[in-house]
Amino acid sequence: MSTPTSTPQRPLSPFMLGPYYKFQLTSVLSFAHRMTGIGLSIGTLLLAAWFIALAQGPWAYAAFAEHLTAWYGQVLLAGWSWALLYHLCNGIRHLFWDIGKGYSIPVAYASGYAVVAVSFILTGAVWALALYK
Amino acid sequence: MSLRSPLGHARGLGSAKTGAHHFWMQRLSAVALVPLTLWFVFSVAQLSGASYTGVLHWVREPVSAVALVLFLTALLYHSMLGVQVVIEDYVHHEGVKLTSLVLSKFAHLTVAAASIFAVLKVALG
Repeated sequence: MSTPTSTPQRPLSPFMLGPYYKFQLTSVLSFAHRMTGIGLSIGTLLLAAWFIALAQGPWAYAAFAEHLTAWYGQVLLAGWSWALLYHLCNGIRHLFWDIGKGYSIPVAYASGYAVVAVSFILTGAVWALALYK
Repeated sequence: MSLRSPLGHARGLGSAKTGAHHFWMQRLSAVALVPLTLWFVFSVAQLSGASYTGVLHWVREPVSAVALVLFLTALLYHSMLGVQVVIEDYVHHEGVKLTSLVLSKFAHLTVAAASIFAVLKVALG
């Protein structure tokens, strides 16, 4: 029992991606949760930069705002706002799972479609407010 | 037959009893972030097109300043815990894993300190 055995060379995550795995809505949303999470973590740099520019004064803020209002800044903000709202909606779905609710396959699919729909509706609402207030 | 590892046997110790701490903190910060994020996103949308003074004015309101500090704290804590899980799941080389984990923690704490300081400087300045 005490003889140490060599560690078997098992495949490590994410080895299933590729030829072994068929994608479904539930798994795609799960990946999207992680991907948006990573994207949002990087996005905190932009958020911090905004407040730092504000604290530095009107010149620094104007230089920063110029990038935000440029086309690439707007594209970045659009993607970032959807990622944030998607991660928030899917996060609520995860919280329900954490208390043991919504595990059946039909409910997991229904909540998945609902999360995608609500994330786009909320993103649309935020941009409508921003553009047409 | 025991399922304990030989090392665990030798030490005679049980679990450290903090196994659920990371999981619980991730959920707790998530719950806090639901209202804070919705408040932040809709507030910023309303600020669109605002001048420097307009944004300054918003941050200086006590409710905004306090909510921003809470939002940034919960956000960066939640982000730190999330990135940790991603690194632990996909980085398999021990040295690279440890280095990435330490760098991620330092980076998150730096961004948190810098952004919260900036908010307070504006709010109190």
